[in-house]
Amino acid sequence: MATIELRQVEKKFGDLHAVKPLDLTINDGEFIVLLGPSGCGKTTTLRMISGLETVSGGTIWLNGRNVTWLHPSDRDIAFVFQFYALYPHLTARQNIAFPLQAQGESRAKIDERVNEVVKLLKIEHVLKAHPGQLSGGDQQRVALARSLVRRPAAFLMDEPLGALDADFREVMRSEIKRLHVLQNATTVYVTHDQIEAMAMGDRIVVMSEATIQQIGTPTVVYNDPSNLFVARFIGSPGMNLINGKYADGIIHMAGMDNRYVVPQEWQNVLGKGLNTGREIVIGFRPESAQINDHGELVGKVYASEMQGSSAVLHLTINEKDIIHIRTDRLIPYPIDTLVHFDINPRMVRFFDAETELAFKPEVSQ
Amino acid sequence: MASFEETGPRTPVVEPTRVDKVHPRAKLGKSIRVILTVIVTFIMIIPVVVMIMTAFKSRADIVTPPPKVFFQPTLEGFLYLFTDRSVLSPANLEAERANPGNLNYWQKLALSVGQQINGPSDYVGRLKNSVIIAGTSTILSVILGLFAAYAFSRFKISGKDDLLFFILSTRMLPGVVVTIPLFLLYKQLTWNDTHIGMIVLYTVFNLSFSVWLLKGFIDEIPIEYEEAALVDGYTRLQAFFRIVLPQAVNGIAATTVFCLIFAWNEYAFALMLTSEKARTAPPSIATMLGSGGLEWSAIAAGSLGFLIPVAIVTFVLRDYLLRGVTFGAVRK
Repeated sequence: MATIELRQVEKKFGDLHAVKPLDLTINDGEFIVLLGPSGCGKTTTLRMISGLETVSGGTIWLNGRNVTWLHPSDRDIAFVFQFYALYPHLTARQNIAFPLQAQGESRAKIDERVNEVVKLLKIEHVLKAHPGQLSGGDQQRVALARSLVRRPAAFLMDEPLGALDADFREVMRSEIKRLHVLQNATTVYVTHDQIEAMAMGDRIVVMSEATIQQIGTPTVVYNDPSNLFVARFIGSPGMNLINGKYADGIIHMAGMDNRYVVPQEWQNVLGKGLNTGREIVIGFRPESAQINDHGELVGKVYASEMQGSSAVLHLTINEKDIIHIRTDRLIPYPIDTLVHFDINPRMVRFFDAETELAFKPEVSQ
Repeated sequence: MASFEETGPRTPVVEPTRVDKVHPRAKLGKSIRVILTVIVTFIMIIPVVVMIMTAFKSRADIVTPPPKVFFQPTLEGFLYLFTDRSVLSPANLEAERANPGNLNYWQKLALSVGQQINGPSDYVGRLKNSVIIAGTSTILSVILGLFAAYAFSRFKISGKDDLLFFILSTRMLPGVVVTIPLFLLYKQLTWNDTHIGMIVLYTVFNLSFSVWLLKGFIDEIPIEYEEAALVDGYTRLQAFFRIVLPQAVNGIAATTVFCLIFAWNEYAFALMLTSEKARTAPPSIATMLGSGGLEWSAIAAGSLGFLIPVAIVTFVLRDYLLRGVTFGAVRK
């Protein structure tokens, strides 16, 4: 199908730098998710790939062909819009056939291809209806069918589930994922929902403030965030972050006199090039903390939440920070009790408080 | 306990089962509104009804006080309107009345008031001028307006707001104010009393209106529709014709009617800038007042005939118009 390559692509709207120069290579058949808060430039990036937006600099390559200045219709890509963009004056069937008519296909060929995608998406019953008469999910299915029918080299999806009800979103999420597996087509998917990104992406591109923060598989982005932004943004709740000062293998925290002994394998990394007493941020996921009466860290219960299969404890630590601990002990903790806990030493991460970047672990040979 | 299957309806429920109870006061309010609408409509329609009645009255019936509601309808008014006649001398009148065999209906009608038909009147030609000038200028202003409105709506144009304001500013003074300069200008161009002159004038006048109105309608069409068509392999022009045009049809209909009504009814320019060849109907109806007494039935018949084309166009486009005149205020 297709590889997509962005080289130093950027976009300026007047004084606003919507996308700062970025490089991204998308492999054949890959499902890439562009994830970030609104206004981070992810949609603009997608629109530049489609050609709906011109680039202010850099080049875009599709299958080794420079398409930077090609008209959208000459790029052989399909675009799925958040609000479906189905033509209201045409029936669902006419909508699906529309891209094929542009190619001047014969009537028989069009019928064949339309029937094919209609079967794939199981929307036989809505074909005669106009878009206005369809539910949101069916509209998006028709929109997907319209993008599939042409067998494009790549699919670009701009928050295709954003306009759907929450419970229905999960259904469509699995449908899109299944379609991708069946078609094995290169897909670029834009969303601000990190759960969606984790569930669907082969790789996730986390964007913020017009730049790429991290590119990686969902596991890597979740476990090894490259900076504080990614650590906070991925996960629900996000990574727990506690400030402290590092000295001789121990991090001292202000306030409650907490001290954390840094695991051996990290001590060299943190010791290197660091003045004693420099600010460090400890990061760990809510499920990486274990409640233990003899745990080395202590926090005060701020609130506790039952979530069915697990409970989430909100602890005040060092007076100002609130951290979250996931526990399978389904017992309520009264407010203001002291809870001791340990951090799984394999799942703890460290960030430089000043540069906000993560420390890289030393590669053990 | 009975299960749901046992208690539920056995046949599909097709009729709505909900009984909507309306408060009596709300019902009263509704009927008052309906009555008011009927009264207002009635008042508005009286002049039209009087005009239609007058058009079919004989000369004697028109001047009878009080006005007759029931009368013997006649086409005399239309005879006066559409034909050029001369009064027959008593001798000729006798001769004509002696053998009416080969006379058609209109000739007989003329004979009954002591006249003979010499040929069609000027009014026929003027009505034709009105159709040509109003029709062409309407089509031109809608087409040009559509393209301009599309460009204003979709493209980045430097000084867009200033340009739009400039276009609107052509409407900020009554047209009559510029008739004298226009008259001199047209004299230089030798466009006085020509169809092209009037078509250009009305097109220019309607264009500002049609650009603004249509821009509003095109703004309402989400740009995603065109973007979808663009990535699906269509050029911008194809997307315009296949996507934008069908979506803008309400706006186009509304604009067409408004432009047509202006061009069709325009009086001042037509009076000043046309005399014979390109004279339209409105000034010629007015001039009937002056020539040879007040032929009320002819004036009424002329106004009626003048009203019909606009009424037909409005009627044909009424479905689009209803949605169009809300100016896109209501979301579909």
